[in-house]
Order: sequence, then structure tokens, then C-alpha cells
Amino acid sequence: MHSPEDVAAALDRVGYLADPGLATAAYLGVALGRPLFCEGEPGTGKTALAAAMARALDVPLIRLQCHEGIDATQALYDWDFPRQLLHLRALEAAAPGALDADEAEKSLYTRRFLLARPLLRALEEAPCVLLVDEIDRADDEFEAFLLEVLGEYAVTIPELGEVRAAVPPLVVLTSNRTREVHDALKRRCLYHWLEHPDLPREIAILRRTLPEVTEALAAQVAAAVRRLRAADLLKPPGVAETIDWTRALLALGRDELDAEAAAATLGAVLKYREDADRVVRAGMAALLGG
Amino acid sequence: MDPLPGLVGFAAALRAAGVACGPDRVRAFLAAAAALGLPRLYWAGRLTLCAEPDDLPRYDAAFRAWFGGEVPRPPARPVAPRPRRSTLAALTGAAGSGADDAPHPGASDVEVLRRRDVSGLTAAERAHLRELIERLRAEPPKRPAFRRRPDRRGTLDADRVLRAMRATGEPVRLPRERAGVRPRRVVLLVDVSGSMRPYADTLLRFAHIVARRMPTEVFTLGTRLTRLTRHLRQRDPELALAAAARAVPDFAGGTRLGETLRAFLDRWGQRGIARGAVVVLFSDGWERGDPALLGEQAARLSRLAHRVLWANPHAGSADYAPVQSGIAAALPHIDRLLAGHSLAALDELLREVRRA
Repeated sequence: MHSPEDVAAALDRVGYLADPGLATAAYLGVALGRPLFCEGEPGTGKTALAAAMARALDVPLIRLQCHEGIDATQALYDWDFPRQLLHLRALEAAAPGALDADEAEKSLYTRRFLLARPLLRALEEAPCVLLVDEIDRADDEFEAFLLEVLGEYAVTIPELGEVRAAVPPLVVLTSNRTREVHDALKRRCLYHWLEHPDLPREIAILRRTLPEVTEALAAQVAAAVRRLRAADLLKPPGVAETIDWTRALLALGRDELDAEAAAATLGAVLKYREDADRVVRAGMAALLGG
Repeated sequence: MDPLPGLVGFAAALRAAGVACGPDRVRAFLAAAAALGLPRLYWAGRLTLCAEPDDLPRYDAAFRAWFGGEVPRPPARPVAPRPRRSTLAALTGAAGSGADDAPHPGASDVEVLRRRDVSGLTAAERAHLRELIERLRAEPPKRPAFRRRPDRRGTLDADRVLRAMRATGEPVRLPRERAGVRPRRVVLLVDVSGSMRPYADTLLRFAHIVARRMPTEVFTLGTRLTRLTRHLRQRDPELALAAAARAVPDFAGGTRLGETLRAFLDRWGQRGIARGAVVVLFSDGWERGDPALLGEQAARLSRLAHRVLWANPHAGSADYAPVQSGIAAALPHIDRLLAGHSLAALDELLREVRRA
């Protein structure tokens, strides 16, 4: 891949339609070996981008889901304690009384007893795509720790030595902005803000994901979703909701979005009662652009 | 012509426009520009020099001014803050402090005093109240620690089990460990404007107690921002209060909550003090400045902090409605709205902080 257009075409082949900005961001991530920090409203395709990049580059996707209180044993590595114990017993049984304690202990801290968690797996399996999902949910300490790993693409395990990635993995970090991520981490990354796709692109995404949908229905649904996003809702629908909605209409055998069909399937696109109430009060005609 | 001076100059112009792009970002920008070529300069800069959605409109404007011509796509819309799902009933519900204002029949004098609004107390009652404040039970909120510590329950501590086994060959004891807890930082922001005057003394005494018992930062808001953490560190409450009073230049002045809150976030909060902290804002919500600014800063605060509590003395009365311009703007970004007018209300506040 030698240009953003190449990346866009490769992503297109695996079913992800990227706009020029996103394609440029992904290209730079690969070309400069920098992590890609994606922010944006839920449902704008941040997580899907990592999966699509993995498929486009034909490398494994390794995912680390962040949560409050996540620590190194969940993100990097842990020792497989039961297997270490079992191994010790097996050594004893094989050579009763002749066990050298130091040698035995040394044999416990070898690679076969190490449980690789996502970060270590990414370093070992590189080239790969490492997705650090929802980094805004993790704690400050974890960010500092992640910074260390992403800075060098290497970790040191005291008992084993250094593990260094042969080539830097492509790292995609996503954040929903529930918390401000520390600037030191952002500084290492390329920053991309994902918007909802524009109308033609959203129609194209619909037709790509659901080949059986007609051009007319896709256009109607995408236009209605655009109107919903412009309305002041608690949770504006993302692309995932657009697809769900279209899928619901198809399941009901509709090939047109009319007031009655929209009312019956509104739950696929609006997930809060207040939002649904507001749309119903404003009238279905307004939603359908009538 | 060498493009380098032009590119570095653009980064400097961007910095002047308020986008914090340091030398390492500029270096990344140059690398990206080299990788992408000049026709795609817009994206090379946007991906490397910006760090948050607020930077994007500034970047677009600076790009247009510096390089001329049009930006490749329409300027990014400013992101509308997403309202949190919080209703007034949910925020004030459990406290139910309105009904508690009436003294219970047969309650002791202390119990009556505990529930009285501190703004209406006599000098003798105030003296008594000071003693009662000292006895408030203040415990810090907890957060999970990064390090694990020995514990009687929890997961097996493999290291210690194996070390113990080296001597005996058998796991005689099974040492366990679990993630420890650390006290969470508490930040108290006290509005000392004219309308909050009757409460200022009590609130600063309260802040002193809290600051003595847990990691706390204390600031006063009025027409300007003052950090009181160091002044309140002394053990003696009277000395601490006197030092605080000397330090605050704007006692009983006006209120520009939005501006002072922004000053707090710019100078202290964003750099770490508000990060993951429990922030308590004591104010009646009367805002002289622009309420939109306050709403914006409250949103910023809520993204940095672990919990944001607003203690409003007037929220204690039964017919209170949060209609003051300031509080109405900030309400969507607050986790809980509490009263803060009486000793009982402060006790309730401490319980809420501990639970946060």
C-alpha cells in the first residue's frame, strides 16, 4: 500500500468504505508506524476500522478491551500458576529426591508457562493490528503503562528478558470521550475524529452491507437517519443503527419506508423512550421528509 | 523552494491560534507531510497537530489563512455536547432533604441544630456548630490501585506460593493477593461570592476538616480563582481559616463561575488535579457571566473527573427548582445535586463523596 487511495481501495475490498480523511489516517499509521487514536460518536465505525485494517492487511486482529481497574496481568502477561505447580510435581515424580531447587525454579519461569495477554501477543505476533478499545474507560496508571509499551514496542519480563516486536504492529486506539485521555499518550498518536458518514457514503455502506436492499429504500433510510441526527436526541443513531433499521425493514418485507413501517420499526434505531416520544410527537411525516 | 520554513511557520501560527502542538507534534507533522506529499498537506497536519475535536475548527481556519484556498472538506461542525440522562428527580431524589428540615418531635437540641440552615444561626449556635463540624466523619472515596497486595481472599499469589514451596516442596500455605485500593483525590470548589456569604465560614471549616482527613485540593471561586490547599493544611482550624481569609481577595464579590471554572481547569484541573477525582462544587448557581461558558466548562470537568457533585444551599428547601442560569446550564453534566445548607446536609454530602 503506497498511498491513501491504495488503503481506501483495500478497505473497500473487505467491505469498509473509508472517506479520504480516514484512509489517509490509516495510511499514515502504517507508513509512519504510529498508533492511530480514533475518537468520535458511538457508531461511527472506530472499532470496525481496526477489524477492516486487519483483513485488508491480511494480518491477525488482537483486541484489548479496556475497563476501569484493568492492570498489567490482564493486558500484558501472567504466569500460569496451575501449570507451574503441575510441572514441579512432574519433576519430583520423575527424579525423586534428586531435585535441584534452583534449577527447578528456573524451569518454572520459561515461555511455556507464560500466559500472553493481548499486548504481549501483539508484540509476539507482529505484524498484526492491535485494537485498544475504549481507552477512556481505563485508569491514568494504565495509560502511563500503555505509553511505555507503545513507545518502544517492547516489554521486559524480569524472569525472561525483553520481548520486542519484529515490526511495529498497527495500533488503533478508540475513545468515546467519556474521559479526557492524557496528552502524553495522544502525542504519540495520530489523531482522527470520525464523523457520521455523509449521505451518499451512508447509502453506499447500506448497499454494501445488505446487498438485497434497493437503492430507493437505502436512500430513504439514510435520509431519515440524517434527520434524526439533526434532531436533539439523547443518543443520535450511528451507522450500526442505520443498518439494524434497514435489516428490520427487510425482515418485514418492506421495500419502502412509509409512516406505518417507520413507526413499527422505530425501536431498531432509537434506543431511548424519550427519543422515540420526541420523534413520534414531531410526527412521522417530519421524519420521512414529507 | 524549501517547504520546511513554511510548514514550521504554519505550526507556529496554529499554536498562536490556541492548538497545543509542541515540537514532537511538529516533527510528526513533517514526517507525515513527507510521507503524503504536499497535495495532501491538510490531512498530514490535521492528523498530527490536532488532539481533540475542539482543535478541528481552529485548525481549518489556520490552514485556510496560512496556505490560502479551501480546506478539502467543509469545516468540522462543533460537536454538540451529548446530554447525560439525568433528571432532577434522580439527582435530588434519595436525599429528600426538603422534608427533613422540620425537626423530628422529641429530637435533641443537637439534632435540631444539625438540620438548621446555617445562614440563620445565632452566634452561640454557630460556636456549637463549629464543634459539631469537627466531629463529622470524613473518609476518602476509594479507587482501585495499580499494585496488588497480600490479602486473605482473592486470587493466589503465584510468586509467594512458589517461593514458599521451594523450602518444603509442598504448598503448605496458599498466600493470596488482590488489587489494593487507594484513596481517591477530592477537589472542593467553593463559591465565595456575595450571595454565598452566609455559608462561606461553615463551608471553609468543612473544607478544612476534609483536607485534614483525605487527599484534597481546595479552591475558591468568585471573580477569580484562589488555591487554598496550602493555607488549610495547618492543624488549628482558626489559624487555617484566618490564613484562608487573607488569601482570598474576592470574598463576597461577584460571581463569574464559568470563567473561574475555566481558569481552574486550564491551570490545575486538566493537568491532573481533576483527573479521576471526586469534585464537589459549592455554589448557589447565580452566574453573572455567560451561562453557556459554564455549561461548556462543566462538561469538560465531567469528562476529567470521576464524579462531579454540586452542593447548593438552596437545594435544601422544598420549593427549590434549579432555574438559575448557571445551574441550569451545568445540570446535565453533574452526577448529583445535593443540599449543603446544614450540618446534616454536609454529613449526607460526605457520605456521597465516600460512596463515589
